[in-house]
Amino acid sequence: MSNVLTIFKRELRAYFATPVAYVFIIIFLFLTGIFTFYLGAFYERDQADLEPFFRFHPWLYLFLIPAIAMRLWSEERKTGTIELLMTLPITLWDAVLGKFLAAWCFTAIALLLTFPMWITVNYLGDPDNVVIVAGYLGSLLMAGGFLAIGSCISATTKNQVIAFVVSVVICFCFIFSGTRIVLDFFSGWAPQAVVDVISSFSFIAHFESIKKGVLDVRDVVYFATLIAFWLYANTLVIQNRKAS
Amino acid sequence: MSYAIEVKNLSKHFGALRAVDGVSFNVARGDVLGFLGPNGAGKSTTMKMITGFLEPTAGTVNVCGFDLAASPVMLKSKIGYLPEGAPAYGEMTPLSFLEFVGQIRGLRGARLQERIRDVVGKIHLEAVLHQRIETLSKGYKRRVGVAQAILHDPEVLIMDEPTDGLDPNQKHEVRTLIREMAATKAIVISTHILEEVNAVCTRAIIIAAGRILFEGTPAELEGRSRWHNAVTLSVSADTAQVRAALVALPDVEAVEERADAAGRARLTVIPRPGCVPLPAVQGAVQARGWSVTELHVEGGRLDEVFRDITTQSRAARS
Repeated sequence: MSNVLTIFKRELRAYFATPVAYVFIIIFLFLTGIFTFYLGAFYERDQADLEPFFRFHPWLYLFLIPAIAMRLWSEERKTGTIELLMTLPITLWDAVLGKFLAAWCFTAIALLLTFPMWITVNYLGDPDNVVIVAGYLGSLLMAGGFLAIGSCISATTKNQVIAFVVSVVICFCFIFSGTRIVLDFFSGWAPQAVVDVISSFSFIAHFESIKKGVLDVRDVVYFATLIAFWLYANTLVIQNRKAS
Repeated sequence: MSYAIEVKNLSKHFGALRAVDGVSFNVARGDVLGFLGPNGAGKSTTMKMITGFLEPTAGTVNVCGFDLAASPVMLKSKIGYLPEGAPAYGEMTPLSFLEFVGQIRGLRGARLQERIRDVVGKIHLEAVLHQRIETLSKGYKRRVGVAQAILHDPEVLIMDEPTDGLDPNQKHEVRTLIREMAATKAIVISTHILEEVNAVCTRAIIIAAGRILFEGTPAELEGRSRWHNAVTLSVSADTAQVRAALVALPDVEAVEERADAAGRARLTVIPRPGCVPLPAVQGAVQARGWSVTELHVEGGRLDEVFRDITTQSRAARS
């Protein structure tokens, strides 16, 4: 466990050692603002909640999270430090977890920095803050799902650009499988069970209730399972491809 | 007595390519084993398997009693490893990098700081301790890699080309360091530089196309050279006459002639295998009264032995 912590600290510091962290955080805050106030019609709705803020998180994460995750393993492979890391007395899971948690913690920091949004809504009205906390937790959980995918894909290549593009495509599939376009396409001919399965894989479907402040156990289990699955895949990828 | 490193029938196949093909050797504490071979011979691959980075296709590795397959983490904790090219995290400073590696190696607090001070002093990293590693020169990067490998004072030290990219002074320092550590550790280094084998190694292995072609002491390796114990001399007399006289001596296989930089003829007396022609040559010089301006015994030419051994194997295979 102490190895996970050591790797976690190194990775988190690595984010802030380059301008990447600051650029990311600024863009994230800027975009959440735009989405919430313009596309989300925060004022016009005249409701004291953060639904318009959370609504666009899946789409924001679609591009921003793969950008955080892409360097996790690609860079180690490209610079050869993976050989150094994997010959230190640690297990594969130490490394995968340490890196994932660092990226997740970084996302949490970015998310926490949206606190002016929370202050604004409390200043303007009288929102249910429990609902807002649930929304934040759910959003963080979803970010974890995106990150686990990105981390695994990053392990498959030395090229960060490839890692980014492929991660975006896979994350897009996970979001898109819950939209009307996809579901309508299947519901015409496929049995309802298949449609339900496809829709149940969607981030959107699971985030739907979360953004309204309902942190359902099933949604939590869904994201937890998703993270576990992709991190497990991540260990397999490294095990088999670390030297190539 | 048990060896610090025991390697048995180690093989690594990449598809049809047999990068390492049934390699076995042992290294005891106090030994410095030099790994020689052409590029692509399997030196690095062998090291990557011993250190647990690559999984062997077949064979076993045991380091300090820990089996690679059964307890890889314990095995790794016994080894200090400098991978090829000395990779390090570029955005870190040598200090934070050493702290990171030290913490993973289980060093904490005062002990960690003491070890870092010790290693930094030995390898002379003081000047760059707070500079980002990516901004350092090749020589410094290599030294950061060496520092990281010896930080936890490991029982087994494996270094892939530790002196590559260093200037002659730095090479000398690293070799001195290796010799100092050799008494208590089992050390394996790979190198292209044959003089390094004589300088630091107690044993040498030549590997080509994934197989061990020679194993022995550097002296034995030199002994394989046809120049081993050869006598080179410069004589200010009629070269043809001298040459004829030398060829007639009992232990002599051949006499080769080369002009030195100043244009004077230098003769090299090549001995018959296992013979020492020096006394006979000296006798001839005295008997005939040649005036000799230079005379020395050759140790043996490692590069030539190396070429012989590694190209013979290629010829034998094709």
